[in-house]
Amino acid sequence: MSILSHQQSAVVSLARKVSTSDSYWRGVGRRLLRDKTTMVCGAVLIVMALMMIFAPLLTSYAPTEGSIARRLKPVGTPSYMLGTDELGRDMLTRLLFGGRYSWFVGITPVILAFIVGGMLGIIAGFAGGKVNMLIMRVTDVFYAFPSVLLAVAVSGALGAGILNAILSLTIVFIPPIIRVSESVTTAVRNLDYAEAARATGASASSIVRVHVLPNVLGPIFVYATSLVGVSMIVASGLSFLGLGIKPPDPEWGLMLNTLRTAIYSQPLIATLPGMCIFMTSVCFNFVSDGLRTAMDVRA
Amino acid sequence: MFYYVVRRIIYIIPISLAVSLVCFLLVHIAPGDPIDAMVAPDTPPVVIEQVRAQFGLDQPLPVQFGIWLAKVVQGDLGNSLIKGRPIAADLLSASANTFILAMTGGLLGVLIGCVFGGIAGVYRGTWIDRVLLGTAVAGVSVPHYWLGMVMVIIFSVNLNLLPAMGAGPGGSTEWAWDWAHIQFLILPSITLCVIPAGLVTRTVRGLVSDIMSQDFITTLRGKGLRRSGIINHVIQNAAPTVLAVIGLQLANLMGGSILVETVFAWPGTGMMLNNAIFQRDIPVLQATTLVLALFFVVLNLVVDLIQTAIDPRIIRR
Repeated sequence: MSILSHQQSAVVSLARKVSTSDSYWRGVGRRLLRDKTTMVCGAVLIVMALMMIFAPLLTSYAPTEGSIARRLKPVGTPSYMLGTDELGRDMLTRLLFGGRYSWFVGITPVILAFIVGGMLGIIAGFAGGKVNMLIMRVTDVFYAFPSVLLAVAVSGALGAGILNAILSLTIVFIPPIIRVSESVTTAVRNLDYAEAARATGASASSIVRVHVLPNVLGPIFVYATSLVGVSMIVASGLSFLGLGIKPPDPEWGLMLNTLRTAIYSQPLIATLPGMCIFMTSVCFNFVSDGLRTAMDVRA
Repeated sequence: MFYYVVRRIIYIIPISLAVSLVCFLLVHIAPGDPIDAMVAPDTPPVVIEQVRAQFGLDQPLPVQFGIWLAKVVQGDLGNSLIKGRPIAADLLSASANTFILAMTGGLLGVLIGCVFGGIAGVYRGTWIDRVLLGTAVAGVSVPHYWLGMVMVIIFSVNLNLLPAMGAGPGGSTEWAWDWAHIQFLILPSITLCVIPAGLVTRTVRGLVSDIMSQDFITTLRGKGLRRSGIINHVIQNAAPTVLAVIGLQLANLMGGSILVETVFAWPGTGMMLNNAIFQRDIPVLQATTLVLALFFVVLNLVVDLIQTAIDPRIIRR
């Protein structure tokens, strides 16, 4: 799991620094705006998202429609700006439509894991005792698998398909999110203000609502964003192995696999889908890093 | 300390059992009756029932798990549905090949990561730090299966320097440490090293810059210790944590090399998994996952114990 754990400790230390006041969040926003790398990466992601949303307006071809007569045209061919693939389908069109699936399969598991793992982790951290024990021991079992192996094994057993890929990735990302939310919640629970609230007789639910949630959601969210980059790579990796979407629908990982036949004749085209995965993943990682730095106030 | 070591070793038993249970259940989350994967589609129902009884598939699940586990403990990982022969033998040679690739790639990544991370940590806040950290983020974000293709295009297709596929001349799967074999190892291990290199760089940088800003370093500077002496202190303080990260990286690569093995047709566990998935050979998928996960569990234990042994600051409960 170590691919997922490099940011955990950094995020846990956030819990003591994050405050709920407006001025704190204004400060975070100001620091983000000053961070050029994060701003540029964020802008790239937004442009990519918009291009994929408005894909039908940007191209006149259908993503699955091709002709052998015009297969593997090089990049820059008139009316095929990024060339054509091994079945003569327009690359630009397929990259735009393929990105929709890649982003969907890459991001959805992190959101699902954020909801499920966050809930379980907060429960484990706040309840402590036997509940904590039960949740954390089950988490340990899933930690005993290398993350990529777990994703491949589960979706390999379930069979190919988008939903199966999303399910297996969600299973991979829930345990690390549980661990982070548990340690963040435990840290907050033992802070003086939570102690004081308990002493004044506040109910458990109001302590969670007023003191715990606002202080732990930020750090957990930042950790979740750091998983999107990995998720994109593994999700496309699954379809690279034939475990994601089924042909002829486009998806970056699957395109990369089918285009392996073209590495001799059109190497540039064969690597285009990989560049898209790389670009997305890099940008998400830089944005996540920037977000963490902006939230980390060193007093 | 002794108590901790014993407890940590005993803890491996429930974890291994639970890991086995997850692997056992892989067959049962697969859609359809597991028997369908074992017999031809037009088998008469009577024969199907016989096969079912023969493999114990008519028993309740907990009993099935017991039967399966008893066999696994004796080294019987079942038979491949496609090849019809025991999985254990194939898995052993595949694991050896994966081990060679994962260790080479992992050690390369760790070496690069420690150097980059150390330099970035010492020069924290300068342009050197920013460049190295940016490189590390890029390294972590690389889809390595794509990088593998790019490597093949550059070094095999265009420059014709290194072989693109396999683990030995003429498709041989027997490994040997001579140039004829090593040249097959170069591209896959470089591809595999990029992600651990990035992760280790980030960890080491964080550690080194934390240690550098501690009071005792200021004291050492104040009493006039040379730069090399200070670096010596930093290394001693960073070593236990770095070691833990390194161990996890190496262990993770054993299971994480599946995509790279697929790109380079490296005859290891990753390719076995890939073939098993393609042919719906679920027993092979199950056995491979189990062996890799148990290896991961054991390596985690070893890393933990070594870390406890060399770091006097860790006093475990």
